[in-house]
Amino acid sequence: MPGKLKAKIVAGRHLPVMDRASDLTDAFVEVKFGNTTFKTDVCHKSLNPQWNSEWFKFEVDDEDLQDEPLQVTVLDHDTYSANDAIGKVYIDIDPLLCSEAASVISGWFPIYDTIHGIRGEINVLVKVELFNDLNRFRQSSCGVKFFCTTSIPRCYRAVMVHGFVEELVVNEDPEYQWIDRIRTPRASNEARQRLISLMSGELQRKIGLKVLEMGGNAVVGYLQCFDLEGESGLVVRAIGTACTLDKLSSGSAPNTNTHMHPNTAPASNACNSPSKDGKEPVFGEDLTSSSGPPTPFRALPTTSSSPPPFSPSKPCSRQSSSSDTDLSLTPKTGMGSGGSVGKEAGPLKTLLRQQTQTALEQREFPFFTLTSFPPGFLVHVGGVVSARSVKLLDRIHNPDEPETRDAWWEEIRQEIKSHAKALGCHAVVGYSESTSICEEVCILSASGTAAILNPRYMREGCLDIGITDHRFEEPSPPSCGFCHIPYDELNMPFPAQLTYCYLCRRQKVPDVLFTTIDLPPEAAVTGKGCLIQARLCRLKKKAQGEVNATAISNLLPFMEYELHTQLMNKLKLRSMNSLFGLHIQISVGENMLLGLASATGVYLTALPAPGGIQIAGKTPGELSNEHHILTIQKRINDTIAKNKELYQINPPKLFALDPEVFCGINMELTEEVVGSPIPEPRQRSRLFRSHSESSDEVSELDLSHGKKDAFVLEIDDTDAVEDIHSLLTDAPTPTGFYSCNTEIMPGINNWTSGVQMFTSVRVFRLSNANLTNQGLNKIFTDLCENLLKSFYFKLRSMIPCCLCQLNFTVAVPEEELIQVTVTAVAMTFDKDQTQEKTADKPPTKGGSETEEQLQFPLELCADSSSANCQPTSKISGVPESTNVSSRVSSLERCSPLPEGRSRSLRSSRSFGGSSVTVVKMTPLSFLPGTRIIKYLGIINMFFIRETTSLREEGGVSGFLHTFIAEVFSMVRAHVAALGGNAVVSYSMKECMLMENPNKNQAQCLINVSGDAVICVRETDQEPTPSTTNIGHTSASATDEAT
Amino acid sequence: MTMELDVFVGNTTIMDEEVYQLWLDGYTVNDAVKVRMDGGVMEECEASADVLLSDTMDQYRTFQMCERLLHSPSKLGNQLLFQIPPHRQAMLIERYYTFDDAFVREVLGKKLSKGTKKDLDDIGAKTGVTLKSCRRQFDNFKRVFKVVEELKGPLVENIRHHFLLSDKLARDYAAIVFFANNRFETGKRKLQYLTFQDFAFCAGQLISNWTVGAVGEPSVLFPSFVCYMDVDLDKEFLQELKELKVLITDKDLLDQHKSLVCTALRGKTKAFNEMETNFKNLSRGLVNIAAKLTNTKDVRDFFIDLVEKFIEPCRSDRWTAADIRLYLTHYNNSAHILDTFKHQVVWDRYMGVVKSCIFKMYHD
Repeated sequence: MPGKLKAKIVAGRHLPVMDRASDLTDAFVEVKFGNTTFKTDVCHKSLNPQWNSEWFKFEVDDEDLQDEPLQVTVLDHDTYSANDAIGKVYIDIDPLLCSEAASVISGWFPIYDTIHGIRGEINVLVKVELFNDLNRFRQSSCGVKFFCTTSIPRCYRAVMVHGFVEELVVNEDPEYQWIDRIRTPRASNEARQRLISLMSGELQRKIGLKVLEMGGNAVVGYLQCFDLEGESGLVVRAIGTACTLDKLSSGSAPNTNTHMHPNTAPASNACNSPSKDGKEPVFGEDLTSSSGPPTPFRALPTTSSSPPPFSPSKPCSRQSSSSDTDLSLTPKTGMGSGGSVGKEAGPLKTLLRQQTQTALEQREFPFFTLTSFPPGFLVHVGGVVSARSVKLLDRIHNPDEPETRDAWWEEIRQEIKSHAKALGCHAVVGYSESTSICEEVCILSASGTAAILNPRYMREGCLDIGITDHRFEEPSPPSCGFCHIPYDELNMPFPAQLTYCYLCRRQKVPDVLFTTIDLPPEAAVTGKGCLIQARLCRLKKKAQGEVNATAISNLLPFMEYELHTQLMNKLKLRSMNSLFGLHIQISVGENMLLGLASATGVYLTALPAPGGIQIAGKTPGELSNEHHILTIQKRINDTIAKNKELYQINPPKLFALDPEVFCGINMELTEEVVGSPIPEPRQRSRLFRSHSESSDEVSELDLSHGKKDAFVLEIDDTDAVEDIHSLLTDAPTPTGFYSCNTEIMPGINNWTSGVQMFTSVRVFRLSNANLTNQGLNKIFTDLCENLLKSFYFKLRSMIPCCLCQLNFTVAVPEEELIQVTVTAVAMTFDKDQTQEKTADKPPTKGGSETEEQLQFPLELCADSSSANCQPTSKISGVPESTNVSSRVSSLERCSPLPEGRSRSLRSSRSFGGSSVTVVKMTPLSFLPGTRIIKYLGIINMFFIRETTSLREEGGVSGFLHTFIAEVFSMVRAHVAALGGNAVVSYSMKECMLMENPNKNQAQCLINVSGDAVICVRETDQEPTPSTTNIGHTSASATDEAT
Repeated sequence: MTMELDVFVGNTTIMDEEVYQLWLDGYTVNDAVKVRMDGGVMEECEASADVLLSDTMDQYRTFQMCERLLHSPSKLGNQLLFQIPPHRQAMLIERYYTFDDAFVREVLGKKLSKGTKKDLDDIGAKTGVTLKSCRRQFDNFKRVFKVVEELKGPLVENIRHHFLLSDKLARDYAAIVFFANNRFETGKRKLQYLTFQDFAFCAGQLISNWTVGAVGEPSVLFPSFVCYMDVDLDKEFLQELKELKVLITDKDLLDQHKSLVCTALRGKTKAFNEMETNFKNLSRGLVNIAAKLTNTKDVRDFFIDLVEKFIEPCRSDRWTAADIRLYLTHYNNSAHILDTFKHQVVWDRYMGVVKSCIFKMYHD
């Protein structure tokens, strides 16, 4: 009997009138857990009953505690007929099972009914007494902490990152069971809500067990999804990253840096006793002291011995794994190839790869759901890897054996893994999985970013966060290191233009970089970022079964290709060279496929400047055509220039001189170039290149790539016309607004406290006229663009402000409907503070870096001066790079909690006599100006709402508006009851709307999740220079935000 | 091709004050969009008509959802559905209960019943207030009336406490409730020149001086029952007013009073002659009003009587406001010097109110 659950029903308020005669209600409450039910007394004739019940005690297994929610039902007593249900509250008691989270749940909960919505509130108290259970074979996993946040939570330190955990459970969907024909919609909805609540409890418990098995104590980046497969059943699946987390004592600022990192224990030692506290001598510390390029030989001893385990939980696989190393699929292994490169970094790179590879290869899937990492974790990033597969659903025959679904995902993950390997990477970060279901067809998608991780982080804990002055020694500087290619130049997985890194000049970087992760805080960025979206509709014939599935699979690669092309075009139009947070969603409907790719475009200083977009006609002879092309070309050039200004992209002048040098990309479009209009710069570029090649003894670059210098769009091609059209129809963001779909907006680091999270849903009905792909694309693009415009308008009082974590979800709920759901947060920032911040703390490392880099630009200039390189750029090169590194420092400092932009959440509560706790919600992992002092547990709620009086509720819009507001209020109430005042990493996973206006009916399912937290105003480190200013701005911002 | 559904929900409820006002004023969504377009919001933020329409729809929906809560404002503070900062809540409530002076002038003193509600379209047409807005305002009056009708204690306080209104607005509502309860006639042609604020002021005077609550102490006989009933006039006091009749029925007293007033006024005003000639008429008028107030019917006519019996004669003689002030001050004070007149307290309680009402009602 490992647990005692206690609940007390205190009072109710604002109850609905259940007795028309008296205009009052005779309410009582049933409290149910598992199969035990208690009842309160009936409180006669009151809309604000005071029950003040005794403590209802449930003695239960902790397994049940994890699976089951506490169910509180409010009823109206009726002497003669059956009691009428007023509504229910499901309370997830999971947060009480973890000693570090909440200790009591107490507060007002909205009483929710699936037909009537919220009907009053009830005050409930819940406590849990847990008895220690030392049973090794236990089925529960109490105490494992779950976080939706996809980075190491703010007040924790990662001792160890164990890796990927996944689980799925299946069941029959109550909605499709025979009994559903005879029961009421209410009963059916409630059965479904309860089942899903149970299933997600079970899922969480199972994942927790896996984590315990691996030796971890937490799951970070927990992503849980539902697949409503209709007839074939209900799947709840989750992925996450298992970690061992240490709570940082709230008093000590997390400035304990390298010395705290136990780093790599000697291998032999680690093999026997994977120690968590790292008393062993630390080689990382030695490295720290050395400056400049790391010496590879120091690390060598580690390679010779058997590599330490990635996770201590699987001791048996260790021996074999060391031998695996040489047989690894990665093309470039062993010292040989490393040496042949002849560069200092070469052997180390190989070494790193070996170490981590072996460590990671013990894992079936070296995947990480995290999207942002402590400095130094990420060594190199290869690029986006994704896999999709189309499956036909069939009934799940045995819910206890969810093997089919498991096998499907297994297949996809293997594919991802092999893609990553092809990119020379041993790990996948920013990993996520999703599905799109239409009738019996299901598209499974997975995507992530191939990466090489620092081996030190694989073992004994080093994942410290919040270290501003981080002095990790890496093979390359943190501001550009992750951009350096992980794959072998001789054996590139795809044709790409490589150049020497524009920051460190030591290693190769690609011309563009696509990733699914957040921009590393330490990355050097020029200018600001912006949201970039590619949108695509493709019609498809209606079909059944296999035929349908085949048709869809055939369409998929074309869609991916086109989305990619669009992204690339838009990226270039904004004069940027990398994408972060890339998320490509492909949604299937009966007669069409929708594709939506969202990402945040950034100009990475380390990468070459993107080339322009060049328009070419197939038949250059025609005069009218020529004219047309010129006009378009001009428009495009103008837009690029305008965007450069808008996003403040002023890369170091040296490189700006030849913008179209490095713009070839892996695309067939570029193959057919008809005449390069700007031949001069190409010449120059060649010179530049040959220089760098000779000086570094690397001559692998294929000069014939010169053909791809400019990104060419052919106007004769209808696709190209469409592309150009969509390029130019993207409206620029209005002044004062920025947008991104990542956590951190590159280039903005001075958040003030105005925060407005919102959800917006639009459903567009297509006319039944014969639509073409182009017509559809236009509609879809307009739909997304108009949504954004509408946000800018609504949030205009918050200017200057940035829309962060703009998360678009598309769906085709019915044949002629397109649904777009957006959740994002608008945050205000202080326009004028950037300079101050960057100026006040030049990084210690910046100076030496600049010196090191100096050689390069100078040489370069000297050599290329014959090719019009102006002497001024020689001089400008130096301050330019200093500038870059200082910007890095500012970003680093701002990232988790921008110091000083502060106004406590609690202070905004003290507005007046309101008794309701203000709960802020944000899809980000932090709230500006505040410090999270406690994580109270995960919020994972699933609601169904149904109506049979759609018109009376204001149509579908009125219905959904109310429902979303209700969901928000229930989330807030649960957080407040846990003692919290904010939800971070909030997301709306599902918003599935079905309507039948003719029958005056509609039904909607919403699933939301997030982390409940307590945050306090960040007052400690208020920077002195601008205190008054801050107070003023934040006060006004809050007003505006509301 | 139509937008089937379009919603935007913020964690903190977004409300635009301008749109709120348009909604309160009873504009349809399309009209509101037009007004907003003319207002120039579009240029300001590069928005299109579609954006404006969608925003207006969202806001209207939000307001409609909030309306139920606004009916009992105290609920707005502890409801969980909308996260609205308290100062915004106060704004929402205050604006919701704000009314058009033109509209309230029309229904002032009328029974707040279904019958009156039926006339709202006429009133709307007359005052230029939309029917929707008329209904809201009328229902507000009715709601406030219903709640405070049965409550003990000071009327203004009750209203402010139950509806969380500002002091000014609570006072106005007190006036409306008071007028509706006593059914004062305000609609006659002769009273048309008076504004709502004039009446509200008078109501304030009556409430604070002539009701039971005004005495300031609970009644000894029914401490828990009648005490602090601000809505009704003090019956005892009205009864006592009959005694004042002596001022006009007793010939000596009347003459004495006249000579005292005239002595005091002589040489101080150009209208002295008119004052002297009209003294008996005016005095009879005021005292008769007082004596008749025991009849509910005559209570209703209180304002019309004041106008007919006092204000109109004075106006036809072209008295200035200063003249009125002078005259009434001395008229009131001189009564104290009359040695046979024993009802000084009642006289002061009566004249204090009548004086300030007439000052307010006498427009030059």
